[in-house]
Amino acid sequence: MADIRMRVNGSIEKLDVEPRVSLLDALREHLGLTGTKKGCDQGACGACTVLADGERIVSCLALAVQYADRDITTIEGVTSPLQRSFVRHDGFQCGYCTSGQICSAVGMLTEHAAGAPSAVTGDLATMEIELTAEEIRERMSGNLCRCGAYNGIVAAIEEGIR
Amino acid sequence: MTTKLFGEPVRRREDARLVSGEGRFLDDLGQQALAAAFVRSPHAHARITSIDVDAALEVAGLVAIYTWEDLPAGVAEPLPLLIPHPALTHGRTAYPLARDIVRHVGEPIVMVVARDRYLAEDICSLIEIGYEYFKPVVGLEEAVSSTHLVHQDVPGNVGAHLVQEVPSAGGQSAAEAIAAAPHTLAFRLDIERSACMPLEGKGVYARWDADDESLRVYSSTQTSTSVRMAIAAKLGLPLPKVEVIAPDVGGGFGVKIVHPWPEEVLVPWAARLLNQEIKWTEDRREHFISSAHERAQIQHVQVGFDDAGRVLGLSVEILHDHGAYTPYGIIVPIITSTQLLGPYRIGAYRVEFSSIYTNTVQVTPYRGAGRPQGVFCMERTMDKIAQKLGLDRADVRAANFIQPDQFPYDQGLIFQDGRPLIYDSGDYPESLRKLKDLIGWDEFPALRESARAEGRRLGIGLGCYVEGTGVGPYEGGHIQITSDGRVHVSTGLTSQGQGHETVFAQIAATELGVPIERVSVVTGDTRRFGYAVGTFASRAAVMSGNAIALACRKVREKALRVAADALEADPRDLEITDGVVHVVGSPAASIPLATVAVLSNPLRYAFDEEAKRATQFATTGSMDRPPVAEGEEPGLEGKGYYSPIRSTFASGMHAAIVETDPETAEIRILRYAVVHDCGKMINPMLVEGQIHGGVAQGVGGALYEKMVYDEHGQLLNASFMDFLMPYATEIPHIETDHLETPSPLNPLGIKGAGEAGVIPVSAVIAAAIEDAEGFPIDRMPISPSDLYDLRLRSPR
Ligand code: FES
Ligand code: FES
Repeated sequence: MADIRMRVNGSIEKLDVEPRVSLLDALREHLGLTGTKKGCDQGACGACTVLADGERIVSCLALAVQYADRDITTIEGVTSPLQRSFVRHDGFQCGYCTSGQICSAVGMLTEHAAGAPSAVTGDLATMEIELTAEEIRERMSGNLCRCGAYNGIVAAIEEGIR
Repeated sequence: MTTKLFGEPVRRREDARLVSGEGRFLDDLGQQALAAAFVRSPHAHARITSIDVDAALEVAGLVAIYTWEDLPAGVAEPLPLLIPHPALTHGRTAYPLARDIVRHVGEPIVMVVARDRYLAEDICSLIEIGYEYFKPVVGLEEAVSSTHLVHQDVPGNVGAHLVQEVPSAGGQSAAEAIAAAPHTLAFRLDIERSACMPLEGKGVYARWDADDESLRVYSSTQTSTSVRMAIAAKLGLPLPKVEVIAPDVGGGFGVKIVHPWPEEVLVPWAARLLNQEIKWTEDRREHFISSAHERAQIQHVQVGFDDAGRVLGLSVEILHDHGAYTPYGIIVPIITSTQLLGPYRIGAYRVEFSSIYTNTVQVTPYRGAGRPQGVFCMERTMDKIAQKLGLDRADVRAANFIQPDQFPYDQGLIFQDGRPLIYDSGDYPESLRKLKDLIGWDEFPALRESARAEGRRLGIGLGCYVEGTGVGPYEGGHIQITSDGRVHVSTGLTSQGQGHETVFAQIAATELGVPIERVSVVTGDTRRFGYAVGTFASRAAVMSGNAIALACRKVREKALRVAADALEADPRDLEITDGVVHVVGSPAASIPLATVAVLSNPLRYAFDEEAKRATQFATTGSMDRPPVAEGEEPGLEGKGYYSPIRSTFASGMHAAIVETDPETAEIRILRYAVVHDCGKMINPMLVEGQIHGGVAQGVGGALYEKMVYDEHGQLLNASFMDFLMPYATEIPHIETDHLETPSPLNPLGIKGAGEAGVIPVSAVIAAAIEDAEGFPIDRMPISPSDLYDLRLRSPR
């Protein structure tokens, strides 16, 4: 067992977990933060996305012990205008992907603000990449929504950045 | 003014909890429960010769290990065959834990209960099972010609065989009509397997209450009432001692209507036996290899038609792959063979299907439930007719349409509900007109030419469908208005993201004249409503929506009676607005519904200020009548049931413009347009959401999704990395337009919308690719490499 500490949604949490426990399971099962979802446990759907020091990660592919002393934000700790725009634009149906979509979108906006290009960015030198619908789709392409609410999600993010 | 909410794009009441991580899905419950995990067969076809658990027994934290031998009589039997049919002569279902033979990779053999899931899986890996291998049967044509059998007592691997035949008006058979037709075509179509793949897998969490001798089960199901009955029957418990609740469910799309899943029986059984809470949540690999798939069919089509492209005779032979077991009967191929006809009047029709066993995961309905295959068949046929005659593809469809004045239109077949396939209403020519406008059908040739000048390859396609929705037998709704003026609505069917809390609240608020904020809705909880069928077949809005409306009307009538007494008015002069009953034209004479609720329940004891008004010395009721009149019940509550005579038929038409890369054969959808008619819409925003979701899954089926089995029956792409589904990058902007042709069959005039979006997509994309490339597209899905290979084989 490993004794670790982690700042989760602003408060310091102590965890006593086996080294093999994923960050996702640590959050859900050890800290009772069930807002983060498990869609595949294989790093391919984004339902488990959380923010580690502001950067989006898939928590199912992370071990809790790797994130000792880091600052984790889960959906329970997110307050973003994006949440309201997801509602306004019907950016979900069952809501199972939604925590991950919102955390991912928050992280994506931070990356964009830092000037990170994406696979569809034309001019890689510029710091002023316009977040077009195409850019948003590409940057959100790690998050599966089997209910197919993608157009609502893109519209919600477009509104969120205005 | 009454409160008008029906038909408005009301925002969803489910949303607040979902955007803040406060949804309660199955795995969010029972954090202290023991965990169950399963050892599943790694072989597609084998006899179990030994099960050795010695090493597993050493592990600290183990609670129990169960094999088929350990199961009591009721639980040990094969799972139910849910929908028997006379043509299903060789229906077979699995045991909850394999008894002797395993018939597909993923079949459960051993259940382990342990302190947590990590441990339970450790223990599973220590259990050694011996097998005697058999040659697996994989692939439809292989299954038909193989001497190897999936079930030893099912000759030829044929589970069911059904023929339906409708002669022409002149009495010709399809074969005769085709033989006599001026033009004929014959071809073959292939459709791959796909699967529902909800983002949340299945899951069950059971708690036995030893003091009360009762069982509470949470299941990520599309039918909690039926799961409840199955559990009570299997475990030999009185029905009132079992309650089943569907919490928030992370998508279903069909797979969760099948029940009881092995785990839905085993987990509650073990919870009771051990007197411990137990939970099982399906992991993604389990979902791939041991839940259900759909779609796979091979179709042989023969068609005869006249110079205008009118179909004189159509004959279709279908091979349908139903996997290793048939718990859901032959609903999927029945739907394919009946809904194939779409919006068309066909001269003579013959359809024959064989439903075939293979050593693969069982096949049960996935959104669309056989319709995408049927529509693929019919729409490919229409396109081929147009091609052969050199006619416009839209014109050929128009020439075959059932006309608006021909409803009700009897197709002469028996539908999936066992009732005649009679379309209730629709306006297909108008839908086509709208679709052509929306996509710019007539302007497309110019667009294609200008693109060609730039070296780009564009194609356009369209597809039409008719969808039987709102199948019976019934649903119910319960309404209770409490003395605080709140309206509590419940219905037995379940929700998986459709927004039922919102649309049912809209219906109740509209019917009762109360603000929607005062209405709360509960679905899928047998503690609240015990009679229901479930959520599938685009039926929830039609079935429960109408039942709730009927229940509201009863309650409203009673409220008006009670209020009329209090106001000394005629009930016919009363109206309810914003939760207040008032005399029409004199708003001062009014009484809040909350007070009416108080007065409707004569009390002996006051529990608060409001309640005092209903106690025996406070009321002014007549001394000659009992406080509760004969035939009346206390309280402002009521139930309503809606049971339709037959399904109501929604329809729609889609069109797409695609671009195919001349070099890489990459396929891009440039535009996607939908015209949809689901009768009167309760909430256009949610209808739109359903359509978008369906189209997204349809695009998956058209371009990406297939289950790749090798000859050993191993599913090679059982992960989200290898089974490709559309992400935001693959789904185009979707343009929609609506028609509202009310259904004459139900009080609200509505039709279902849940599956519509997915139905014609494969047909539409195939047509558009074919148009871009100039050679036939007869299989789905089609990947860039498939298209590349086709190009090599089909010189332009
Ligand atoms: S659960 Fe982590 S990516 Fe799917
Ligand atoms: S809303 Fe259901 S998966 Fe996205």
